[in-house]
Amino acid sequence: MTATLNSTPTLPANDADPFGAEVLEDPLPLHAALREAGPVVHLTRYDVYAFARYEQVHAALVDWQGFQSAAGVGLSNFRYEEPWRPPSLLLEADPPRHDAPRRVLSRVLGPRALRRLREGWLADAEELVEQVLGGGEEFDAVSALAQAFPLRVFPDAVGIPQEGRENLLPYGDHAFNAFGPSNDLVAEGAPRVAELSAWVDAQCARDVLTDDGFGAQIWAASDRGDITPEQAPLVVRSLLTAGVDTTVHGLSAVLYAFATAAAAHPQQWDRLREQPSLARVAFDEAVRWESPVQTFFRTATCDVRVGEHVVPEGRKILMFLGAANRDPRRWADPDSFDLSRDPSGHVGFGMGIHQCVGQHVARLEAEALLTALARRVDRIELAGPTRRHHNNTLRAWESIPVRVRLGRR
Amino acid sequence: MVHTLTGVVGTEAGAVSADVATLRVTGKRLVAEDVLTLDLASPTGHRLRDWAPGAHVDLVLPNGVTRQYSLCGDRWDPFTYRVGVLREPAGRGGSAYVHGELDVGDLVGVGGPRNNFPLVPSERYLFVAGGIGITPLLPMVHQADLLGADWRLLYGGRRRASMAFLDELGRYGERVQVVPQDEFGLLDLPAFLGAPRPDVKVYSCGPAPLLAAVETVCADWPPYTLRTERFAGEELTGPVRQAPFDVELARTGVTVTVPADTTVLDAVGAAGVEVLSSCRQGICGTCETTVLAGEPDHRDALLDDQERAAGDCMFICVSRARSDRLVLDL
Repeated sequence: MTATLNSTPTLPANDADPFGAEVLEDPLPLHAALREAGPVVHLTRYDVYAFARYEQVHAALVDWQGFQSAAGVGLSNFRYEEPWRPPSLLLEADPPRHDAPRRVLSRVLGPRALRRLREGWLADAEELVEQVLGGGEEFDAVSALAQAFPLRVFPDAVGIPQEGRENLLPYGDHAFNAFGPSNDLVAEGAPRVAELSAWVDAQCARDVLTDDGFGAQIWAASDRGDITPEQAPLVVRSLLTAGVDTTVHGLSAVLYAFATAAAAHPQQWDRLREQPSLARVAFDEAVRWESPVQTFFRTATCDVRVGEHVVPEGRKILMFLGAANRDPRRWADPDSFDLSRDPSGHVGFGMGIHQCVGQHVARLEAEALLTALARRVDRIELAGPTRRHHNNTLRAWESIPVRVRLGRR
Repeated sequence: MVHTLTGVVGTEAGAVSADVATLRVTGKRLVAEDVLTLDLASPTGHRLRDWAPGAHVDLVLPNGVTRQYSLCGDRWDPFTYRVGVLREPAGRGGSAYVHGELDVGDLVGVGGPRNNFPLVPSERYLFVAGGIGITPLLPMVHQADLLGADWRLLYGGRRRASMAFLDELGRYGERVQVVPQDEFGLLDLPAFLGAPRPDVKVYSCGPAPLLAAVETVCADWPPYTLRTERFAGEELTGPVRQAPFDVELARTGVTVTVPADTTVLDAVGAAGVEVLSSCRQGICGTCETTVLAGEPDHRDALLDDQERAAGDCMFICVSRARSDRLVLDL
């Protein structure tokens, strides 16, 4: 046998379907296999590349020059395929076109801009928790809290009318399914796409929105010329697409974490009760641990060298955010939800110029809900079997039955 | 072209984050009479913070003086910043220091980039530059060209030899009008700007009399048409400190000393006060902390000048202290 010194080692390959029901039910074994296989892996089923280690995922997220978003952040390559809806001006755009919409939305959703919402959201959370506890000490944490709270505060903050808000979750669910292949999940959503899209698009019009919400502020930016009037409704659409389901599943994740940790580490909930400022850390640790947004694609803008391999120009790369967030090369005891850990630096919100522009909104929602719950409840535990909801992009829950014990007021 | 994916490797116990607030001078070139460019890069070879045309950085010079300079390089090169610096005879230690003292290899502190002068979307742009005011407009014309916008640049200066970047502007042909005063007199703004129209944005940077003249000509144009950037005035804050400083945590009652090579975030974390952060570069805003007393040395890319002047919050992943002591609401 002869060997040449400069021969390229074989690219590790994996034939699993990351969007198949088995993986969506429990993605952890695939994540571990991909991380172990190497810094870059070929997913033969879709003929795309994959990054599952923290180092490569983080590096690709910040490297917008080498890994573009404008060719779509799903499996579909917009260079060759028609997108199912006009592309997002934020998620599916590169600099320089990405600059102005991002700048406007960053300001509208920035921590300083959210200060005026804080008191109201804390009060709303208390009211909701009171209402739920009034119905008994057993309830479904997904529908009663994780869905109910964002649906109560976020559409009001954007400024859309009451009517039709039940469309938000199915629309978001379909949008996040559409980043995957055209599988059964996409087919299930397809019959309602036209109707849901039409409803969402209609909510983005200026005269439909209240005059003091995020939506109105986006339109005001177009009055100043910071974005164009054609861009304004699409920026509002981004809020309605990406602002609801993600938060719902993030809140589900943190409630699930506390409920399951109760058996092994009941003191975590006690710590939160003693120190409510831990709510923010708890939420980010849950976002790390569960990674509500599991995956996004990028497209190589040129041949990119990754270790010993080259990802060719124009090819899609699937970034496993959830795998990176549990990479033992980066995190100690990564599979445990641990309030004493510093989750800073997780890639659950992405990183770089496309990092979740609504992350401060999500944290404020979580802080409000956890604070209200911790004030009234001194124990939270699972009350029955949990059920996942499958989505091509989201790590989601259908049902988390919990039992709580009321604490002293 | 082959691009190499390089990452910042770290662990939970020893998270490695690039020190984006200290850069090394890697190039210094005279590009016109009294104008030089500096290239800046990470001493550890890391990516620099992203920026867009119109952005500036705060450079903290080794003599302790802070000055703002527009970025005029290529944003597609994430490893290098370029700034242009005019020698100002009346300046107080900023430009004179850069021209006379600062050398390749020296370290400078960097805040930002921040952008008070962003290029907003438009089908047509008219750019008016006076002297060193060309620096923020240079990446703008590049970007306008890339986007296929209809644009023109009017560039005035005292003498041709004093006007920087004429070589780089040469490739744009007739879109660029170069007007040295000693050859052609003052800029003919009414002729260049023409009649008001709704689909144009006018960008201007240069000396105050030029901006005043542009404002006069554009007075009757639709609102928000004209966007200008004035040269930053003299720095009002005191010099930055290299020495350690104390941070008092008001809620916890603990006082922590922050050494020169440690961030406030890490120092308070070591004292057992966890503050959530994310980007560790002063970009995302996660670690915003309320300042109760003391003067922060802001190095983030988020707060504008007014918000900085208010002094009531800081991003402790990168920002430090100008005073001996900071009191934080932690």
